[in-house]
Amino acid sequence: MSYRGRAKEFLKSQNISIGDIISIKKDDTEYMGMLLDRAEDADELHIVLKMDSGYNVGIALTGSEVKLLEKGDKPEINLPLLEIKRDPEKMDVSIISTGGTVASIIDYKTGAVHPAFTADDLLRATPELLDEANISGKAIMNILSENMKPEFWVQSARAVADEITEGADGVVVAHGTDTMHYTAAALSFILETPVPIIVTGAQRSSDRPSSDAFINLMSSVAMAKSDIAEVTVCMHATENDNQAHIHRGTRVRKMHTSRRDTFNSINSPPLASVKDGRVKIIDKTFTPRKRGECQLDVNDSLEEKVGFIKSYPGIAAELLDYHIDNGYRGILMEGTGLGHCPDHLIPSLERAADEEIPVVMTSQCLYGRTNLNVYSTGRKILSSGVISVGDMLAETAYVKLVWALGQTNQLEEVKTIMQTNLKGEMDEKSSSKYFLRDYGE
Amino acid sequence: MDYEKLGLMMGLEIHQQLNTTKKLFCPCECELTDKKPDYHVLRYLRPTQSELGKIDRAAFEESRRELTFCYDAYPHHTCLVETDDEPPHPLNQEALEIGLIIATLLNMTVVDEFHTMRKQVIDGSNTGGFQRTGLLAIQGHIDTPYGKVVIENLGLEEDAARRMGQRKGKVEFRLDRLGIPLLEITTDPSMNRPEQVREVAYQIGQVLRSTRVKRGLGTIRQDLNISIREGARVEVKGVQDLDSMEQLVKNEVTRQLKLLEIMDELKKREAQVEDTIHDLGETLKDTESKIIAKALKKDGKVLAIKLNGYKGLIGKEVQPGRRFGTELAGYAKKMGVAGIFHTDELPAYGITSHEVELINGFLKIGENDAFILVADEGDKARNALEEVQRRAIMALDGVPEETRKALDDANTEYLRPLPTASRMYVETDIPTQVVSRELLEYVQANLPELPKEKEARIIKEYNLSEDLAHQLVRQDRTEQFEEIVAECGVEPTTVASLLAYTLKELRREGLDVEDLSDSLKGTFQLLKQGKISKDAVSDVLVGVLKENWTPEEAAGNLNLLMLSEENVRDIIVEIVSSNEKLITERKMGAMGSLMGMAMKELKGKADGKLVNKFLKEEIQKYL
Repeated sequence: MSYRGRAKEFLKSQNISIGDIISIKKDDTEYMGMLLDRAEDADELHIVLKMDSGYNVGIALTGSEVKLLEKGDKPEINLPLLEIKRDPEKMDVSIISTGGTVASIIDYKTGAVHPAFTADDLLRATPELLDEANISGKAIMNILSENMKPEFWVQSARAVADEITEGADGVVVAHGTDTMHYTAAALSFILETPVPIIVTGAQRSSDRPSSDAFINLMSSVAMAKSDIAEVTVCMHATENDNQAHIHRGTRVRKMHTSRRDTFNSINSPPLASVKDGRVKIIDKTFTPRKRGECQLDVNDSLEEKVGFIKSYPGIAAELLDYHIDNGYRGILMEGTGLGHCPDHLIPSLERAADEEIPVVMTSQCLYGRTNLNVYSTGRKILSSGVISVGDMLAETAYVKLVWALGQTNQLEEVKTIMQTNLKGEMDEKSSSKYFLRDYGE
Repeated sequence: MDYEKLGLMMGLEIHQQLNTTKKLFCPCECELTDKKPDYHVLRYLRPTQSELGKIDRAAFEESRRELTFCYDAYPHHTCLVETDDEPPHPLNQEALEIGLIIATLLNMTVVDEFHTMRKQVIDGSNTGGFQRTGLLAIQGHIDTPYGKVVIENLGLEEDAARRMGQRKGKVEFRLDRLGIPLLEITTDPSMNRPEQVREVAYQIGQVLRSTRVKRGLGTIRQDLNISIREGARVEVKGVQDLDSMEQLVKNEVTRQLKLLEIMDELKKREAQVEDTIHDLGETLKDTESKIIAKALKKDGKVLAIKLNGYKGLIGKEVQPGRRFGTELAGYAKKMGVAGIFHTDELPAYGITSHEVELINGFLKIGENDAFILVADEGDKARNALEEVQRRAIMALDGVPEETRKALDDANTEYLRPLPTASRMYVETDIPTQVVSRELLEYVQANLPELPKEKEARIIKEYNLSEDLAHQLVRQDRTEQFEEIVAECGVEPTTVASLLAYTLKELRREGLDVEDLSDSLKGTFQLLKQGKISKDAVSDVLVGVLKENWTPEEAAGNLNLLMLSEENVRDIIVEIVSSNEKLITERKMGAMGSLMGMAMKELKGKADGKLVNKFLKEEIQKYL
């Protein structure tokens, strides 16, 4: 029970617990209903009652006379286990949950929302998935995506690899949306995969009938059955519930705090679209790896001590110095424009080079590529040893640096890795198509 | 009708839109728009999984009914909150405050902490799949000449999207109305006379009008809960017109009584509904009925069921112009068919008596038995007949609990079953809010004047007639009236009668009198300064509205400025001298005719008293 302090004491002294039917008299008014649990961050001066009408109300303890009418059980959710027969005609798709609520269960007696993580919960909420494939599900962790870190990327990658080893024809990773693109990039670099791996999630939680989870999951499973053996992100293509986009895991970014079509491919079109269960290639310039083309391989040694610094007017060199002095093994910079930072940072950049700490330069413009040859500052930054990575997204470059430093400790090798296209994360060519804006003019 | 004896019970539910500057959970304006939508958003809704959740495919299919929802949206008139692409903003405090005012005026107890809930609604009228609503106050009352009526609940909630139409499986809604704050006021079901319901609706309406609520068509919606002792609770949605309420109650009570009579007769006959759904395709393959032939031609089916012991009762009238058969058809239509054919109306609609004989033979129809026939696509026809069977079985128990829709002719029509246990759960995106006692005390200390109090005060303060005062209050013009009187110092009755009557007439002529604002004061100032006459006020306003003139310009251009006394006298001298003959004949008796002539010329430009005085003087000069 989440009641604290005074409320907790009070309820205890009256021998009242959650689920009990009680009456509260206050002046001339009498409230009757079931005692509900209270949010953990709420104050300790009120108790919550669910009235017959279905409404919840908070009632201040002060001046209240409480009477127990009927002892109740704290409602429990005991859903029967599912027995699902494997259909040999269908493909096998695994769904791995890392957190976020892929499914929720609403307890209509109390109105409480319970996040549900098990595969069964997921299938109860989305039985249509079974029409598409044999689904097996696993909840490997339960963390909000802002709390992700490199060691969890490794954990996720290994779980995906296990599913592939056990014969999955495709793997869907359910993930919170905030850092979904970091995880997608990490899986891209860690895994050589013979089957599709799709990261998906929901912008509107599954405790609402309008959740986007359903279409995202259905489209992800369709993609998991395809021949495109890449790590991708599958989310709504537009605000409409009828189409999803498949983005390369190394090219995608969360671009809106709340819209369901928040994920965009940057400096590249989406790889494909999914509509009515059909996958259609959009990016014809990219040759995706085909199913079964390579053997499963896991390169999961990472270097967690990598800094991420954004250049801004007024930035002090001590920010860089701090990372150098505190044992950071690599620094990712999000420069301004073509990949710049103020020239008073150059001595610190040179220090990093002396310490053999790679500094990788990307651009906070998001669209376009870095080019440090155009202005004198750029050339100075370049000659201080900074690694420019062209049109790679800063978040992808950060993940790649974490991975590259896990593969080698040779500065030159890190530079080669960072500047070589491994998983479609960079391209030499910029197309006018890759910059979207439409004001309806 | 002896309602008391019948055990009539009625409760009222009133939904009132508030006139706040912003919506309940986003900063959009609370105005509807007829502009063409700039874009559309396509959505589906799925019921959320409950604690009883199983893989119930049938339930899923049924609840989805494969409907696609298409929302009319605007880049600025609506925002991402309405399209469910942004979490709701914090609760609108202006709406909360209006709610507190109404709660206080209805003698209610305000809750200590307000919890926003989600009420699941998956018919598409809410983009999230739920309506946000919260309980603000409970247990109030109002006094009526028929006794005290308890106000059970006051809820603060958001209005739903506006339904614009439906084409096949696609329902179109407009987002402009979604999120406008609503107060939901429910009484207990203790009322047993239609006049009392009317009185309560009127009184609640008066209370609502004392503060910032929307006015006009569609801004207030009334539902009536109604039952008789032997009958069942029926919720009648959308009672627009209080004047027709009495007839509506009468018709609904009649319906329940007739259904009870039908039940008694069915029991007497030991009536029973057969399960089987028969295919009459072969029997009617050469039919002359266009409807049936058309269905068969399109690979549809003509199906029938047997209702043993129902003959003669299906055609029985339950409300003026509506039969028990209409009730059965109401259930069938929910499955998408256009209607049903039943024994009691055949032969008709191209179905010949010979065909009726054939059907009777095929179905082995006995003396008291009836059949129902539906022609449509196979699944649709079958679903429709299953619904008819279900409803026919209910008839054996009398009156079913239903939500019904009020029709223009004071009848009601089946809408859906009564909502069962309300599926409400917490809105996790809105923090709970303690209703501060300071705010509540402030509200209680600053209550608006109720319309009745306002009327009494202005009658006393300005010496207005009851009728004028009533009109000003009704038309919500009291504030404007008091302002003009205070600023322009014009005689109150003049101002009041212009606001109450003249403006109404101008509006009837198609002028937008709400555009006048400051010109009203300007015009009254001209009157005060003696530059125009009382009679000219209306014409000046017409000029202002039609030509976009200032009041001065209007008075000048329309030749309505008062003449100087000298000019007035000149005109009168002129009139008198050209009517010498008349004066010689009739002496002072010529006064009437001459006054008429003078006023014709001087109307609006000179004060009548002055004209009268000058005329008298000039006539006397000739005597």
